Amino acid sequence: MRQVYLDHAATTPIHPEVLERMQPFFSEKFANPSSFHTPGLEAKKAVDEARKSIASSLNAHADEMVFCSGGTESDNLAIFGVIRAQQHAVRGTQYEIPHVITSSVEHHAVLEPLQYLAKTKAIDLTVLPVDKFGKIAVSDLEEALRPETVLVSVMYANNEIGTIQPIADIGRALLKWRKTNATQLPYFHSDACQAAGALDLDVEKLHVDLLTLNGSKIYGPKGIGLLFVRRGMKLAPQIRGGGQERGLRSGTENVPGIIGLAAALELAQAGKDKENARLIRLRDDLINGLLTIGKTRLNGHPTERLPNNVNVSFMDIEGEAAVLYLDAKGIYCSTGSACASSSLDPSHVILATGVSYEAAHGSLRFTLGHSTRPSDIGYVLKTIPDIVKKLRQMSPVNLDMRHFA
Amino acid sequence: MDTDNKQAGDIVSRTGTQSWFYSDAVKDHFFNPRNFMQDESSYADAAMGLVGSPACGDAMKVWIKVDPETERIIDCKWKTFGCGSAIASTSMMSVMVTENGGMTLDEARLLKPQHIMERLGGLPARKIHCSVLGDKALRAAINDWYRRAGRLDKVEEEHGRIVDPETKVTDKDIEHAVLDGADTLEKVQAKLKVGIGNPSCIPEVEQLIRFYKEKYFGV
Ligand code: FES
Repeated sequence: MRQVYLDHAATTPIHPEVLERMQPFFSEKFANPSSFHTPGLEAKKAVDEARKSIASSLNAHADEMVFCSGGTESDNLAIFGVIRAQQHAVRGTQYEIPHVITSSVEHHAVLEPLQYLAKTKAIDLTVLPVDKFGKIAVSDLEEALRPETVLVSVMYANNEIGTIQPIADIGRALLKWRKTNATQLPYFHSDACQAAGALDLDVEKLHVDLLTLNGSKIYGPKGIGLLFVRRGMKLAPQIRGGGQERGLRSGTENVPGIIGLAAALELAQAGKDKENARLIRLRDDLINGLLTIGKTRLNGHPTERLPNNVNVSFMDIEGEAAVLYLDAKGIYCSTGSACASSSLDPSHVILATGVSYEAAHGSLRFTLGHSTRPSDIGYVLKTIPDIVKKLRQMSPVNLDMRHFA
Repeated sequence: MDTDNKQAGDIVSRTGTQSWFYSDAVKDHFFNPRNFMQDESSYADAAMGLVGSPACGDAMKVWIKVDPETERIIDCKWKTFGCGSAIASTSMMSVMVTENGGMTLDEARLLKPQHIMERLGGLPARKIHCSVLGDKALRAAINDWYRRAGRLDKVEEEHGRIVDPETKVTDKDIEHAVLDGADTLEKVQAKLKVGIGNPSCIPEVEQLIRFYKEKYFGV
């Protein structure tokens, strides 16, 4: 059976060249970079090279790279790191607890820690709404800023609906605020895990202070993440021990992972213009083809979206059933349906764009990648209509499309 | 969505050759659903039950045709807006109530989700509530049949009775909470806040939790 993997936003396969470059660091070059002997120094040199390479992709300095275990840890380090470092500064002032601003469409790795901190009264949290395309308004953000705001965290591109946020505009608005108020705060964090393979990561253009990346979405290894931490920032470490990563993240370096992340980022950034153009054509063919099926809506922004992301809702059907029918045809995708989540909650991202429960229920996400060919898109477009038809026949729901406009 | 649980198959198929999210029987009924309603035109007069899942906002419709002499179900059709488990368990239910000459309405009322699940070779734990949908819709359809037949004495309305006067929580609320997976007092309280201001009702709440767990899950 034909197999079409369209779940690259969940994770990507490793690029053969990346694997090749990692390989020696599992066996012959296995030493600990902290060791004071020749093999240790060799490992350290390799890690330093990787640090420099990533820093240059980010237009940053090597000493601003903090390696950790993945995107989730990197997000957590940014959030807890800033808040714990700032808590004391705020305590005793008229504000008592620090304030944080985020958006309603963030990844759980950002929302969960922030909601936890808000629930335990460690912070006051503002969650910015998004428009029907999933974008926040910079003016909303400006209005939400307060003297005690210590952190703004807005993702670069959304993992579910692919919408790209105006990160550079937010960054500029924050620079202006800091200047007017003669303060260093708030710091600006952005989760760029989904964006890293496709968008510009220049931290000077984006004006971010903290940037999260990981390996497993850019054809690199799993289990490696990075937090860019701008020089001069105060960050409280969350994992203490041997003092690696300038004391910000202790633990013996994951040398093969670091080498792999650097290799993956180099390849992704070097090839991105060509690959983006190719993917956008395929993406738009898939979107346009799917929208010819009746009662279907596109989730996310029509143009300001990741080149590889397609997310549509088929009204009146439930997404998990659709994913399983597609699976039987060798098409692998994902859904925002409540039924497919362990908590039985539909996608918070799709709900945040203002559509109904049912639209989230019937949402399917296809994320394209290196392996995707035009013939794959053709196969998907040939296969889906019958599945949608069958599930609609089985469905007692028949909603009026006007509710989803 | 990459936060979704991409777990390994909850159930390994009997043949052991393939690991899938569901058992072979679930898979069979999911891909080849039996008795789903394709043409409602000849069912306008049939008894019908409609329910929504409290858990995930799904909807289910069940139609039955009944022999008035024997009160046996001769036909059962359904539609669902639900996941693979909901489709498979309703399909299986429609087979069970009509096979071997059909169940009597009294027998059908005793059908438990647990029996459907046994025939399906199990469902993943977090999918158990889906199998409850069809069964509830069936009972609603049975009531509808009796109502249409003018046999109001046989209509079993599922009334709510207030258990905690302070929060106005009823036995039905507790039933729904249990169906949603709240299987301990703590979890039910997290959902309903029942008995927090009025602990005197807690023994009864605990008893109801046990009762509904037994009723729906046989434990
Ligand atoms: S119907 Fe929603 S999880 Fe089964």
